[in-house]
Amino acid sequence: MHWEWLSHYIPLLIHGLYLTLLLWILSVVIGGIMAVPIALVQVTGPWWLKYPARGYCTFMRGTPLLIQLWLIYYGIGSLFPGIPGIRNSFLWPILREGFYYAVVAFSLNFAGYIGEVMRGAFLGVPKGELEAARAFGMSPFKVLMRVWLPRAVYLVLPTLAGEIVGQMKATPLAYTITVMDLMGAKAKITSDTYIMYEPLILIAVIYMILTFFITQAFGYVEKLIPQRR
Amino acid sequence: MLIAATPLSELLTYGDKGYLDELWWGVLNTLQISVFGYAFGCSLGLLGAVGKLSGGKWTKYLLNGYTTLFRAVPELVLILLLYYAGTDSLNRLLMTFGFEPINVNQLLAAVFVLGVVQGAYSTEVLRAAIQAVPIGQVEAAKAYGMSGLLRFRRIVLPAMLPYAIPGLANLWLNITKDSALVAVIGSSELANVTRIAAGGSKRYLVFYLIAASIYLLISMTSNQFFAWLERRVRRGQPKLA
Repeated sequence: MHWEWLSHYIPLLIHGLYLTLLLWILSVVIGGIMAVPIALVQVTGPWWLKYPARGYCTFMRGTPLLIQLWLIYYGIGSLFPGIPGIRNSFLWPILREGFYYAVVAFSLNFAGYIGEVMRGAFLGVPKGELEAARAFGMSPFKVLMRVWLPRAVYLVLPTLAGEIVGQMKATPLAYTITVMDLMGAKAKITSDTYIMYEPLILIAVIYMILTFFITQAFGYVEKLIPQRR
Repeated sequence: MLIAATPLSELLTYGDKGYLDELWWGVLNTLQISVFGYAFGCSLGLLGAVGKLSGGKWTKYLLNGYTTLFRAVPELVLILLLYYAGTDSLNRLLMTFGFEPINVNQLLAAVFVLGVVQGAYSTEVLRAAIQAVPIGQVEAAKAYGMSGLLRFRRIVLPAMLPYAIPGLANLWLNITKDSALVAVIGSSELANVTRIAAGGSKRYLVFYLIAASIYLLISMTSNQFFAWLERRVRRGQPKLA
């Protein structure tokens, strides 16, 4: 085992950890917020919203995240340089950076998975509770925010927790589009020093610790929610 | 738009200029990797589930370690780790016995790596399914004097399938998508072939959209199949609420 490289690369690894966590949190938050309307229109929306939303979920769940990532980074990304004057605009530094493409791809993908989970969850909330909320004179938006959404989230919290942990395990894919997350840091260390195993084992352990803490945190949150059986 | 050197109609042909034959082989390799990896993973899962339920103390510790560890680390990291560690230790073993080191077949390596990762997930699916079989049915089989293997084949296996199929269907969908990850070890399956075709022709959007539609087609066909399979193994059982 060789570990003498470690001290030299600690700043890189810490920055990688930061990017991994940032990518994870951003995609979970953005994707999670997007998932609510996607799920909602599948339950109550008119057909011209229902079917596109269903198709969106099918596409996101039926194709590999890696392909979606490359589709957005290489596919969509290759169209931007064709727009005249874009290289001088303020957008160019953003459009050049793999990280933002990763955030977009991961959020869209996460929204597809959570949209499907929340669709079932919205259907699972007892009708009487929604009727009671309406009988109190709540506006449809208030019904959603105070009754429908929180009850739906409680119903599927274990599934949501699983998906959020799964999203953490998906983040290393970002290194394939030049993001220097933990996996990207590992790739850099390996290509600099030709050391194969030690960096890989190190990041495997870091990912394991991360998933362990996330799982523990969700276990704690699940205990906070009152269960009526 | 970029300058498109070759028209699309020419890119999607067989032969040297077109990429259709490469794509076709990519699809076949993806399906091969998925099918064999899945079969290998399910076999590992079955062994793991039986070991977890009826093994000794150390077997259980070992299997718990396997399922916990392998489900906590990202698939991509595991694939790299298993691929390098696997080929490396194989070659070291060969060298100690005086053989020449070999180049491991990419497809075989992909099957092995994905199978070992899937094994951890299917162990948990199958363990839960076996535990869901009402204990009275197993006891009745015991009372008839059936041996362990016969009992498993005639009673436990058919009775657990309705509980296992949804989980196993999910795992199949996962492995068809995870097979794209072995592109990082240079396997010539659909994702990698697409990357090469897209890079070579500079028609990124088109080729990635084609690949995405092929994966989508595989997923949707599989969904139909598993829906049929679930109806079949559930026949004679009360309807779900």
